[in-house]
Amino acid sequence: MTTVLKKFTRTVPHWQPRVRPVDLAQATEAQLDALQVTPSNTKVSEYVLTLAHDVESLKVRSPLFNAIMYGKGGMNRAERELGAISASLVNGCIYCAAVHAARHAQIEKSTEVTDSLFRDGAEADLSPRDRAIFDFARALSACPSEATEDQTARLREAGLTELEILDLILSTALFGWANRLMHVLGDPVRPDGQDR
Amino acid sequence: MSLPDTTAIAQADIATGSDLERTLSGRLEIFEMTQAAEEAVLRPGEVGAWPHDLRAACAARIAALNGDMALRDRYLAGAGAAADLADPSSDGSDREMQAVLAFMDKVAADTRAVEKADIDALKEAGVADADIVRLAELNAFVSYQIRVIAGLRLMKRSRP
Repeated sequence: MTTVLKKFTRTVPHWQPRVRPVDLAQATEAQLDALQVTPSNTKVSEYVLTLAHDVESLKVRSPLFNAIMYGKGGMNRAERELGAISASLVNGCIYCAAVHAARHAQIEKSTEVTDSLFRDGAEADLSPRDRAIFDFARALSACPSEATEDQTARLREAGLTELEILDLILSTALFGWANRLMHVLGDPVRPDGQDR
Repeated sequence: MSLPDTTAIAQADIATGSDLERTLSGRLEIFEMTQAAEEAVLRPGEVGAWPHDLRAACAARIAALNGDMALRDRYLAGAGAAADLADPSSDGSDREMQAVLAFMDKVAADTRAVEKADIDALKEAGVADADIVRLAELNAFVSYQIRVIAGLRLMKRSRP
């Protein structure tokens, strides 16, 4: 049996779909193509198999995701992850928050920032630059957006270039997308006895 | 230099020769891919249960919930016979559409409160699993696009 997690956690949970994923054995040619399944690569996550129900969206989203999160120049990887984490905290996406906190910690070789975010939320103890990024990204993630010209000016005051601000907007908005798939279409779960 | 013709760039109304145009020129492929995503979720070849006009109406509704009336109007133009559903006060004519609109509103505006019961309600109203995924993708993409546009407008307005 599994327990559905209700609180943010550093430990990446398992993702359990709320709808039936595509059965690889019955997948169409278009689905196999979008899933990039080949005889030597048949491992596909349940999440991707779930999204394979809408194959046209799946096919365009993966390259867009990679371009926004890993594109050359502009904002560094850790700060893009901070945008992703901020959106995930606002949208309550426990799975995305755990995955991207882990990536942030791996890049920074420190859990200090993400520990503070999980422990203290909006009151987290952040550097002035991370604080400006976090406040802007949280506000942009609200519905409607609550991001202001003042918050944008604070990004510039904290030293962000125009391209870095654009990258922050893109990575934060992207998780407005990802959270609405991950948090909506499945549950973050942990086998009983491993709940943390 | 000219920027590609995409919804996000058009909605932000970025002037030719501006600093913001130069900044965006470093990320052109992202705006082109964003537009390809709009095609895939708003006007796909395989529509499932949701024809293009209904998708446009849902996109317009989500834009309205986000207070973006210019984007609402752009999507409303493609909503045809489904245009009434773009009004957030409209709750749908039959049980299935009522369930769809309640789901779309919650996913767009109160994401963190979405739970398994919301998916189960769609299933009980007769919505197939693949069509639930299509609704989530539509909602998720439009929510992304709205925030890209909101961010670009802020960059433009707050220039030093």
